[in-house]
Amino acid sequence: MNKARTNPVSAAAMHGALILYTLIALFPVFVILINSFKTRKAIFREPLSLPSSDSFSMIGYETVMKQGDFFLYFQNSMIVTVASLFFILLFGSMAAFALSEYRFKGNLVMGLYLALGIMIPIRIGTVAILEMMVATGLVNTLWSLILVYTAQGLPLAVFILSEFMRQVSDDLKDAGRVDGLSEYTIFARIVVPLVRPAMATVAVFNMIPIWNDLWFPLILAPAEETKTLTLGSQVFIGQFVTDWNAVLSALSMAILPVLILYVIFSRQLIRGITSGAVK
Amino acid sequence: MSALTLKNVFKTFGTTEVLRDISIEVEKGEFVVFVGPSGCGKSTLLRVIAGLEDASAGEVYIDGNLVNSVPPSKRGIAMVFQSYALYPHLNVANNMSLALKQEGVSKAEIAERVQEASRMLQLDDYLKRYPSELSGGQRQRVAIGRAVVRQPKLFLLDEPLSNLDAALRVSTRLEIANLHKQLDATMIYVTHDQTEAMTLADKIVVLRDGRVEQVGSPMELYNKPANKFVAGFLGSPAMNFLPASLLEAGDTRTIGIRPEDLYLADDGPLAATVQHVEHLGGDTNVIAFVGEHQVTVRLFGQHDIRPRQELKLGFDAQKRHYFNE
Repeated sequence: MNKARTNPVSAAAMHGALILYTLIALFPVFVILINSFKTRKAIFREPLSLPSSDSFSMIGYETVMKQGDFFLYFQNSMIVTVASLFFILLFGSMAAFALSEYRFKGNLVMGLYLALGIMIPIRIGTVAILEMMVATGLVNTLWSLILVYTAQGLPLAVFILSEFMRQVSDDLKDAGRVDGLSEYTIFARIVVPLVRPAMATVAVFNMIPIWNDLWFPLILAPAEETKTLTLGSQVFIGQFVTDWNAVLSALSMAILPVLILYVIFSRQLIRGITSGAVK
Repeated sequence: MSALTLKNVFKTFGTTEVLRDISIEVEKGEFVVFVGPSGCGKSTLLRVIAGLEDASAGEVYIDGNLVNSVPPSKRGIAMVFQSYALYPHLNVANNMSLALKQEGVSKAEIAERVQEASRMLQLDDYLKRYPSELSGGQRQRVAIGRAVVRQPKLFLLDEPLSNLDAALRVSTRLEIANLHKQLDATMIYVTHDQTEAMTLADKIVVLRDGRVEQVGSPMELYNKPANKFVAGFLGSPAMNFLPASLLEAGDTRTIGIRPEDLYLADDGPLAATVQHVEHLGGDTNVIAFVGEHQVTVRLFGQHDIRPRQELKLGFDAQKRHYFNE
């Protein structure tokens, strides 16, 4: 491993491959960003050129601001994402703690049951979910989305977090017990801070699919006041005419909050990935 | 009233019996060491006393009170763990004061007790540091300090020295002995190292396979071991065992002689061939064979003995031990 690192040829090859991958991954984002600042004609004439003084236009952003309640959509997406992440991490870590810490009958079976959701996509149950939401009167509320996303994120969260919590030293928890900490305090004050990298990992893995999801907002909460950003952007995509300026502008703005959340979690995330790999 | 009483304590995990019928009395102010080979149940016993494991049967009394169903924090104990188990996100001062805060001790008293402990353990310069910024020995002292500030009725120490290097182990051992005298506290100390047991203990409890083999002061155990296991476990180099039939035909017992009780004697009853000699300066350890049985002879001072040399060994009749095993 050390040899490979110091060898300049393989180092160059490694960096080359990574740079290439970065370019490929960033290219669509780059195209979206530059085209969101161009006139409609310029988008189609030269989609890959940078906006010039001729082609520069804010028309897309203006359309987005005028049409529909963009800030409300934005706010809805934010509420749904943050609330779902909060519940996933809260319930996921509590379940993981119970599974990893306590010996009880059916511990293994319960762990498998909770992990089952990793293998079965939640969308299979869409019809049943919709029926339940109708029955409980939650259709067209943000709660319907938050509940579904929490359910969707929990299996993987429980699975990952319980693995990490098993690595927290038993002596540490016992020291807490001898010192008079309650089980809740041990969980909150000792275990959770130690698995924070894993929690950041879980948060990032869940955040992006939730933010980008179109399926459940379309089915469970399509009303104007509960539309999410992804769903809201769909008004610009028509069957016959698509307002590309507006679509691209909306998408560009939709990237920002995820980016910010990602930066918040990323420091933890890097530690999370390596701590799992190097251990 | 004794500080700790165990009455017929059993512990089973599933179908494995880890502790079998353990009854022990510990007097106030005593330093008791549980010693035994790994897997003998000594750590489990400590955890049962701490309340981290429930006894499957039997009674645990601390200070005269039955504590079987009392949670660890209410038992009046403090524990030092083998891995130190310091809270990584708290600095030294907070590590030591956490339990007191939980108990609702006043701030002024917490500060006073932490200061007292840190002075005793020379931790004054490190109070603001985090565990990751401390060396192994310092972490160990913080772990002990965390126990000291609680002023417990009973200190429980689970192999506290096993993660330290040899030199530090000797000095920390001394510190623990001094601490015991200063605090006049009752301490229970678990180790697999017979030297630690011999040097620290007022009373040693030798455990094997979840059973108490013998209880007594270090010298009682050394001079009057109840059985071959205790005899072989305590003392370094270990006791020599020879079949008694070598000396008296037809005797089926085993004879045990400590290495220092053997001496060179031209008319000695044992003929030995030297295999290896360890010159330690103050002592000379001679490893030799009597027939096919290996014996160690510990001679005081320096001796010019070479491998393959033939020796005659003698011993005092009252210094030998007989075992029916």
